[in-house]
Amino acid sequence: MKKTKDNIKRMAENFYLVFIMVFLYAPIATLMVLSFSGSKSRTQWGGFSLRWYSEMLGSATIMNALQNTLVIAFASALIATVIGTAAAIAISGMKTLPRTVIMGITNIPMLNADIVTGISLMLAFIAFGISLGFKTILIAHITFNIPYVILSVMPKLKQTNKSVYEAAMDLGASPIYAFFKVVFPDILPGVLSGFLLAFTMSLDDFIITHFTKGAGINTLSTLIYSEVRRGIKPSMYALSTVIFVAVLTLLIITNFAPKRTSNDRKPKTGGAGV
Amino acid sequence: MKKNRYVAAAGLVLGVVSVSLWGCGGKAPAKGQEGAGEVYVYNWGEYIDEEVISMFEEETGIKVVYDMFETNEDMYPVIEAGGRTYDVVCPSDYMIQKMVENNMLAELNFDNIPNVKEIDPEYMERSKSFDPENKYSVPYCWGTVGILYNTGMVAPEDVPTKWSDLWDEKFKGEILMQDSVRDAFMVALKSLGYSMNSESTEELEEARDLLISQKPLVQAYVIDQVRDKMIGGEAAVGVIYSGEMLYIQEEVAAQNLDYSLEYVIPEEGTNVWIDSWVIPANAKNKENAEKWIDFMCRPDIAKMNFEYITYPTPNKGAFDLLDEELQNNKALFPDVNSLDNCEVFRYLGDEVDTVYNDLWKEVKSN
Amino acid sequence: MSKKLLSFPYLVWMTGFMVIPLLLIVYYGLTDRTGAFTLANVVSIITAEHAKALWLSLGLSFVSTAVCLVLAYPLAMILRKRNVGRGSFVVFIFILPMWMNFLLRTLAWQTLLERNGVINGILRGLHLPTQSLINTPGAIILGMVYNFLPFMVLPIYNVLCKIDDNTISAAQDLGANFWQTLTRIWLPLSVPGIISGITMVFVPALTTFVISNLLGGSKILLIGNVIEQEFTRGSNWHLGSGLSLVLMVFILASMALIAKYDKNGEGTAF
Repeated sequence: MKKTKDNIKRMAENFYLVFIMVFLYAPIATLMVLSFSGSKSRTQWGGFSLRWYSEMLGSATIMNALQNTLVIAFASALIATVIGTAAAIAISGMKTLPRTVIMGITNIPMLNADIVTGISLMLAFIAFGISLGFKTILIAHITFNIPYVILSVMPKLKQTNKSVYEAAMDLGASPIYAFFKVVFPDILPGVLSGFLLAFTMSLDDFIITHFTKGAGINTLSTLIYSEVRRGIKPSMYALSTVIFVAVLTLLIITNFAPKRTSNDRKPKTGGAGV
Repeated sequence: MKKNRYVAAAGLVLGVVSVSLWGCGGKAPAKGQEGAGEVYVYNWGEYIDEEVISMFEEETGIKVVYDMFETNEDMYPVIEAGGRTYDVVCPSDYMIQKMVENNMLAELNFDNIPNVKEIDPEYMERSKSFDPENKYSVPYCWGTVGILYNTGMVAPEDVPTKWSDLWDEKFKGEILMQDSVRDAFMVALKSLGYSMNSESTEELEEARDLLISQKPLVQAYVIDQVRDKMIGGEAAVGVIYSGEMLYIQEEVAAQNLDYSLEYVIPEEGTNVWIDSWVIPANAKNKENAEKWIDFMCRPDIAKMNFEYITYPTPNKGAFDLLDEELQNNKALFPDVNSLDNCEVFRYLGDEVDTVYNDLWKEVKSN
Repeated sequence: MSKKLLSFPYLVWMTGFMVIPLLLIVYYGLTDRTGAFTLANVVSIITAEHAKALWLSLGLSFVSTAVCLVLAYPLAMILRKRNVGRGSFVVFIFILPMWMNFLLRTLAWQTLLERNGVINGILRGLHLPTQSLINTPGAIILGMVYNFLPFMVLPIYNVLCKIDDNTISAAQDLGANFWQTLTRIWLPLSVPGIISGITMVFVPALTTFVISNLLGGSKILLIGNVIEQEFTRGSNWHLGSGLSLVLMVFILASMALIAKYDKNGEGTAF
């Protein structure tokens, strides 16, 4: 009896997981299918065709935007990771009051409406006399990326054992050496997930980029929005499909290929999920 | 730690890809390039045949920095704030007037734009409603706004002929309205027999009430998706820009649909819109911008653009080069007399603009 | 002491690019076009249209947040149970969709929901009556839930992972049934994650405008739409800023909530 009940429960759980996955990935599957359609329409299937893939590769505008998007995402995530990790280390050593204030400020860009963040940054750039261009997009992206890094690193820092760090110093390690040997490996998962999250957020942003970008510079998001008036070209779907499949492949290879030796069931400590 | 391995790998690959792209990709244009210099162009998305840009660069040696906007309203604050400067921009009629009134445009030197003679005088005349002395703008594309209907869903006796047909209960849930203040009020004002540039509060409030009463019949307020939704058979009637017609007709033919989509210019008259090239007052390369405008007026170039954009061209020279079939396409190039009641949008000043916006908000929030 | 120095770049950065820009918004919100001080922009929230838009936004965000919570909690519990030392895999599954552009994803929902869209096509294939799905408040909620669900799942999942298996077994050994374990152990221990999830969903849902345009057919005016239109179409930045200041009240309230229930930052999403 117990066994059937467990089976039913397991089936229900599986069903639920499948349901959520379908929900999350249905639109993505739709876009992928449309990228192979011969017609420009979003509702009619125009026969299998690779024309949007060849158009995508042939378009200098799209390739340029792709390049900008990746460079900005990578650079902003990297800089945000450095600044954010340093800040997280400092904040974790602070007293309650300053920590609360700083964490409050940290939360603002995550909770603020994008359009307000975008416009306010544009106003500030103009007020400071910084001409809008590639660098202003980068600054803006770093700004909204740092909080994601801090929030990823903080929980990991809480779990590190201070006495190990102190012991290392007692044994003659310099603070920097002790940090990289003792603390850094512990918080690395948080740092990496912060980086990845920052990268993703930068990739997906439109509104803030729209207001802070300079002339002649497009990211994929701004390019897609500028096409809205005349209809989005399915070459954008094609590009998204390529990016998506590339990331997915990477994920699967790295997740399933290497042999695991560990036998722990789940992250005992948790904090950041990564 | 193994659980982070692939995060690290992902990061690494992303990094390598980004950096290599950075390295091998096209370099940003060198500043202060020798020779003919640059021109910064700000145009609607998908509003030029890209081939034309390279032809211009080849013939003149001027480097084109090309950028796009989605709506007039998105474009305006960008030019106004001056955070980035453009040399030549392509706004619509009323927005040009607003820019003129706010001293944001430079007068054109027509000595540098000899090809302006190719523009049909009809459109230079119509341009005077927003640029009274034809000093600031050269028309690029024009068109009308009308009703598109699906022959498979609208019985022949129900075919809409006037704006007021959009208040017919038959079309409940089948109407796609334009989601922009002026276009929506144009429909209401015209169906009431008023000017679409009305500044009278009573007339506008009457139009507001009419729009509110229409709301239950409306399926959605959309801007650019009218076209795709209509092709997909989502609604029976929709308010649409005439420039989309050629694309729609081709698409309907290509998809073998069992209905066709027809375009009507409503009896009460409609909006004739003109998108024109202008030069912002803060342009850094004014002469190059004039060369650009001149190039756009060349009949062969205007024809290339027309074939790509499919919006009607005001260029007489280009029109003469077209196939007879296209020349006779009434949805694209309507008879002049059917435009008798038509008007061009004018900029009505910030205060009246605010009135329109507030009334529209009332419609939308109702 | 040297540790404090590490926060220096961050503080400079945030002052320059977060605090000062926000002060500019405050300035705009509290002045009119001539630059004179006024409260009119902020007070305009009580006009019929704005109040209604805010009310609708609050309602839709509330429903979306509730739906997210109801969907996410069991999901997080199942994920915790199934998880085999692969915390990051779960995170990946939920942020992977973000690699497809936000606008494209939302447009794809349109294709799915439309009258002649994919879902109705399937229904027609099964000889079931078609449904009108698009351009309804339900479609907006669906769009919100779709886009913000990861922000609810991840923090809850993270706190659940921290609950010791022994605690659960102990409760069960002592005779607690499922409901008792849920209400006495699971829920109380996951409060930080729930609160963090709620704010991470509620606030963005409150300010969104793209979703209501694309999936709601623009027939429903949300406060996010009003602000967006003041900044772009209406080009009245003062009014837009004033209304943004009103929304900031909700943001501050959220921050206060987080500070109260999630003192240790346990409930972070990532």
